[in-house]
Amino acid sequence: MKKLINTPEREVDEALAGMAAAHPDLIRVEEPNIIVRKDAPRKGKVGVISGGGSGHEPMHGGFVGLGMLDAACPGAVFTSPVPEQMLAATKAVNGGAGVLHIVKNYTGDIMNFEIAAEMAQAEGIEVASVVIADDVAVKDSLYTAGRRGVGGTVLAEKIVGAAAEAGADLKTVTALCQKVQDNVRSMGMALTSCTVPAAGKPTFDISDDEMEIGIGIHGEPGRRREALKPADEIVEMLVTPILEEGIFASGDRVLAFVNGMGGTPLIELYVAYRKVNEILTGRGITIARNLVGSYITSLEMAGLSITLLKLDDELLRYWDAPVKTPALRWGV
Amino acid sequence: MSGTLVAGWLSLAAARIAAERAYLTELDAAIGDGDHGINLHRGFRTLEARLAADAAEPDAPGPLLVLAGRAITGTVGGASGALYGRALMRAGAALEARSSDRPAGPGQLVAVFWAAVDGVATLGRSRPGEKTMLDALIPAAIAFEAAGAAEADLATATRRAADAAEAGALQTLPLVATKGRASYLGERSAGHLDPGAVSSALILRALADVAAERA
Repeated sequence: MKKLINTPEREVDEALAGMAAAHPDLIRVEEPNIIVRKDAPRKGKVGVISGGGSGHEPMHGGFVGLGMLDAACPGAVFTSPVPEQMLAATKAVNGGAGVLHIVKNYTGDIMNFEIAAEMAQAEGIEVASVVIADDVAVKDSLYTAGRRGVGGTVLAEKIVGAAAEAGADLKTVTALCQKVQDNVRSMGMALTSCTVPAAGKPTFDISDDEMEIGIGIHGEPGRRREALKPADEIVEMLVTPILEEGIFASGDRVLAFVNGMGGTPLIELYVAYRKVNEILTGRGITIARNLVGSYITSLEMAGLSITLLKLDDELLRYWDAPVKTPALRWGV
Repeated sequence: MSGTLVAGWLSLAAARIAAERAYLTELDAAIGDGDHGINLHRGFRTLEARLAADAAEPDAPGPLLVLAGRAITGTVGGASGALYGRALMRAGAALEARSSDRPAGPGQLVAVFWAAVDGVATLGRSRPGEKTMLDALIPAAIAFEAAGAAEADLATATRRAADAAEAGALQTLPLVATKGRASYLGERSAGHLDPGAVSSALILRALADVAAERA
């Protein structure tokens, strides 16, 4: 294993200390390992928090700040955080208007957020939860833990955070988050595996001429393994199942999000975005907004995911609203 | 079941997890995300330190199990932390709810065992056959209940439970996972042992060994 760390045990703590040192104008880091918006709690504002395993940076901690998350709870690498983190974050951001938990659909995240929500409610804080489950690579929740929460989470956090910033109440913010979930779909692939520092070796083996289609964000194997193809064919393989979901039709406006998995250079993401644009234009779908870069990653994995969100005026307005966080900034 | 037996069990379980953490992690890398042994080790190591620091009330097994459950929930993370933490807390609460002050034998512990297993099933919204911890825990609870009904002693009852858990864990090999991260693999999850079922059997074997030692 070759990594720029001191020890695996200290990696998350040291990264959090680094974030706190780099962005004191935006965030503060508190025990038990939570990243909180500097001016939280804001009286009368709905708090929006999320969390999950570390190793997906900049998600979620990089999205704490004005117009996005009020707090983030990072767990150990690829391991969901523990309930006391979500409880502490919920209390830290509660301005009296309730707190929304944005939860990615993974078994551990669901259970730990559920326990935390029960604890917060027992302390008299109103909590709502929305589960993001946008990965079309996972087919049927009858036979699986259900679709994973992947790229759609970033878009949900931005849009919902903007609504909360604008003063929307908990019910409205929750419904908006569900609306994003209902209109967003993603699919990803990997060229290489990744190494969990504490494990010390790659999570799966993959040879130089192979790729894994339908991966999540934890180095877990995907739906199938096949021979490596040119970028255009790979993009087709990812976009086609998303379009087959029946959400996106000719005449629609979408937000297209081409996301790097951590080890993919931006030049390759633009090669992919070019093809995404070509496919959607060919179908009469307009890319009204886009996001290209590595925002929800899987350590140093090479690969990408593609996310499409169907936009309406409300979603568009909140996407364009000002945001100032370590990883996303515009309009401020 | 006494407080010292619970403390001895948790301490032996911590040692066994430390010894087997690479194996557990390897099992998890095959069908999950390769951190099961690492996470359990982190939690049980912390738990051991807390047990050593907090030697109060060694004869109260209920509060000790609740404390252990809180420590596991608060340090392991992931699904396994939430599930093992819930199991220990439910077992502790069920023990505390007993009216008698005398140490409970297997007959009285049947309800405690089931309270722990039901806690896992409810939080995980799962049932046997889905390639999870329950495939070890439910056969173990059934074996423990049968031993309790036959008025076996604690060492025998826990040994039978551990035997059943190990057999159940081995039977996860051909199963296709329908819960947890392994479920994303569909048919590709068959041919691998479930790491959670294996760690459940390992933790129950530690209980049986401690009970045998103290019999």
